[in-house]
Amino acid sequence: MRKFLPAAMLLCSTAIAGAEELKVCVEGAYPPMSMMNEKGEIVGMDIDLTNALCAEIGASCALVKTDWDAMIPSLMEGKCDAIIASMSITPERAQIVAFTEKYLQSPNMFIGRADAGMTDTAEGLAGKRVGVQRGTVANDFMAGEFPDVELGLYGSEEEIYLDLAAGRIDAAFVDAGTGEIAFLKTPAGEGFAYFGAPHIEEKYFGKGAGIALRPGEDDLRVRLNGAIQAIRANGKYAEINNKYFTTDQYGG
Amino acid sequence: MRIDLIAENADLFVTGISMTLKLTVMSLAIGMAIALPVAVLRGMRLPVVDKVLRGYIFAFRGTPMLVQTYLIYYGLAQFEFVRDSVFWAVLKSPFNCALIAFSLNTAAYTAEILRGALEATPKGEIEAAEAIGLSPLQVLRRITIPGAFRRALPQYGNEVILMLHGSTVASVITIQDILGAGRTLNGKYYLAYEGLVTAALLYLALTFLIAAAFGLGGRKWLAHLRPAATR
Repeated sequence: MRKFLPAAMLLCSTAIAGAEELKVCVEGAYPPMSMMNEKGEIVGMDIDLTNALCAEIGASCALVKTDWDAMIPSLMEGKCDAIIASMSITPERAQIVAFTEKYLQSPNMFIGRADAGMTDTAEGLAGKRVGVQRGTVANDFMAGEFPDVELGLYGSEEEIYLDLAAGRIDAAFVDAGTGEIAFLKTPAGEGFAYFGAPHIEEKYFGKGAGIALRPGEDDLRVRLNGAIQAIRANGKYAEINNKYFTTDQYGG
Repeated sequence: MRIDLIAENADLFVTGISMTLKLTVMSLAIGMAIALPVAVLRGMRLPVVDKVLRGYIFAFRGTPMLVQTYLIYYGLAQFEFVRDSVFWAVLKSPFNCALIAFSLNTAAYTAEILRGALEATPKGEIEAAEAIGLSPLQVLRRITIPGAFRRALPQYGNEVILMLHGSTVASVITIQDILGAGRTLNGKYYLAYEGLVTAALLYLALTFLIAAAFGLGGRKWLAHLRPAATR
């Protein structure tokens, strides 16, 4: 997907002359963020965002399909110049690579019966039983913020949805991205909806996913940060987001 | 080994222990209440009843307790008529589902243990009881059943320990037992084994206590079976 560079952009990109070539490591195995279509092309929200960001900084980007385990080594060996693969910003990874600001942070949200009139407050959840996946950040959040709400601890999200549909729990607190695809958009999810605000409190949910670069690539990092803000502001992000999700995956 | 994290989350394990004990003791009690009549009825070899009871024992001893628990918890909940019925008030709760599955499971094993012990009653004891004029029901109540309980004691001790360990199945249907506490600890801090090691040690300690209790009981109630010199 080659893009012609508008003249204005060339002027904006200060010291860089000509079309910058960037190789971007993507995964292709994390639907709907990054996946293979029937023609064998890599598509998904990560890919669309990659193209939008590259256009924004005036670079021509080549996708390098890379296994998850090989992502950071490939970056460090120069097989690619950036990783755009929904990679969460963690202190461990930040010791090796340099992250941009987050470009993605799928929030956690409550799901309940659309007509139940629940809210994400202590009063709104009083006497309710809420299902979470055992030992996840969602579990920590519920235990920390709603200590009086009875929790159902599940081994997997599928089990949460089974019990939510059966009525054993009144609400589920799950990743909004997968909650939509695995439950709300399925027949079992009929009559259910998100309620309350998207939750991304850093104390529990960390910093979201960033673009990983080699340390020292400060110029590229600054320009990508600017590009993230730019596509947030000009509606390009929302346009891509809405192709895949009904909730904003940037997370506030 | 992060002992500090285990200590910090000790309350998780305390509630876990109380849940495990509650489930185990209640299942064993209900199981025994089912097993005794089943064992006695099996001994009578009534035509239709015997087939039904054998079917029940075959089904519950022939399938894993994990599968039984899953079927009762997630399986029954799939049917709308179950969710609309009066039974839903009971089946809605994970604890009740675990209790039903565990009780029916241990009852099947215990019934077979008791049946064996009932059938092993020495003929002479029954003849003697009949000779002093006890009715069949009195023979059952005063001679056969008490004798069978004694003979069944060592085997039943095993069943109690297996039930304690089997109760870990509860953690897959959202119940916070000892294993559930261990898994929560692991998940919370991305630990590999601290939670499991703690759970294992707690089960080991409980098993030791149960084995010791049955050992003491055996010394008391089975004293007549030991060689004279060690009495």
